[in-house]
Amino acid sequence: MKINLKIWRQKNKDTKGSFKSYALDNVSTDMSFLEMLDVLNHDLIHKGEESVAFDHDCREGICGMCSLYINGRPHGPQQTTTCQLHMRSFKDGETIVIEPWRAKAFPVIRDLVVDRTAFDRIQQAGGYVSVNTGGVPDANEIAISKKIADEAFDSAACIGCGACVAACKNASAMLFVSAKVSQLALLPQGKPERKERVEKMVAQMDAEDFGACTNTGACEAECPKGISLTNIARMNREYFSAITTSYEIELKGGD
Amino acid sequence: MNWFTSLLTSTLGRKMIMALTGLFLVLFLVIHLIGNLQLLKSDGGNAFNVYAQFMGHNPLIQTVSIGNFAFILIHAIWALLLTLHNRRSRGEVGYAVSNNSSAWMSRSMGILGTLILIFLIVHLQGFWFQMKFGNVPFVTVDGKDVKDLYTVVDAAYQNIGFVALYVFSMCALGFHLWHGFASAFQTLGLNHLKYNPIIRFVGRAYAIIVPALFAIIPIWMYLN
Repeated sequence: MKINLKIWRQKNKDTKGSFKSYALDNVSTDMSFLEMLDVLNHDLIHKGEESVAFDHDCREGICGMCSLYINGRPHGPQQTTTCQLHMRSFKDGETIVIEPWRAKAFPVIRDLVVDRTAFDRIQQAGGYVSVNTGGVPDANEIAISKKIADEAFDSAACIGCGACVAACKNASAMLFVSAKVSQLALLPQGKPERKERVEKMVAQMDAEDFGACTNTGACEAECPKGISLTNIARMNREYFSAITTSYEIELKGGD
Repeated sequence: MNWFTSLLTSTLGRKMIMALTGLFLVLFLVIHLIGNLQLLKSDGGNAFNVYAQFMGHNPLIQTVSIGNFAFILIHAIWALLLTLHNRRSRGEVGYAVSNNSSAWMSRSMGILGTLILIFLIVHLQGFWFQMKFGNVPFVTVDGKDVKDLYTVVDAAYQNIGFVALYVFSMCALGFHLWHGFASAFQTLGLNHLKYNPIIRFVGRAYAIIVPALFAIIPIWMYLN
């Protein structure tokens, strides 16, 4: 198939970018979207032009590295990751517009690559359980109901790709943060640091300049892992009860 | 930062303030509607005038009304603060192509809210201000002198433009509530599989019934 591409090109963080058009003639419908970009880059290198920079890693839909805002939707027309999107989802002769994630907290580094380390800093602020020394407890010592385990697993399915932020009109990171808060808040292992965790993670989220949630549901509709808005309600609950009842803790964030 | 300040200034805290003030205003609308429905009684406005007199003089109602005005202001100001913050968060460069998969009203709460605010100013100037500071003539109902607000309302609703503004504003209110009602519960964390369908149903029924009843009053009075 033949396709036309309009791709955002930007040299670095400090320069202004613009769209550039490319045409590809021999695209197989079985190619993944990223393979199609590999073909384009191969052509560009042969011509002595600068290749298009884009993020990718596992290409199996589990690492959360690929991004791309394709034809007005994060990860393109299917509710999946860009690496699992195939060219058969597009029409022959179609013009595909590819943009980077847009958010103040996700500055463009080059072409389609954005800096998503804001997510890492939110995780580092509290998205973990402290494992103290001691003997290994028996696996069946802590009873967890199947339903709760499933619910926590669903939240843990978040791969931190940032599609929620990209889709949100407010560039809010609440779907991501709430999934990370939920996966630990639901399980007994996460309980000791429960209050501190949500307070610190929300403080860091605000320090990174993400927007506030207006419950439009755009994030849920675009999330390649099907993370639901229920997580955001849970985070709100966790946060309000934590901040009103926890021992006072020092909130950092911003560095 | 003090925990209370961080509660009020965090994105979650600000949203909580929007939800709490919003839900209070939802309650206020019902009370206001029950009073207004007295306008439809064909008793020459007596029942409505007595209600207006009661609302204007009962100390409890007066105290709650100060809170009500404060909540309207807080709801509007916090909405503005949040909207500005959210705009900044989106960054300078926008998307060239955007196929948003969210509902139109959920994305237009700010515009709908602004329309409602403009309506409120016109509405308060027309009736509340007249009742408090204007020259509204008195009528005697059951041996008591009460201000004849009914005649003021009746005269206002003979103007087709005014009636149209009311109906249009009630549509805006309906759309605002369609998203706002359930959204407030979600923001407060009140989300549970057992109760979500009830919240959604009540919210949507409320968003249709209450603005529709409000809108019927000026139409009815114009036609009669």
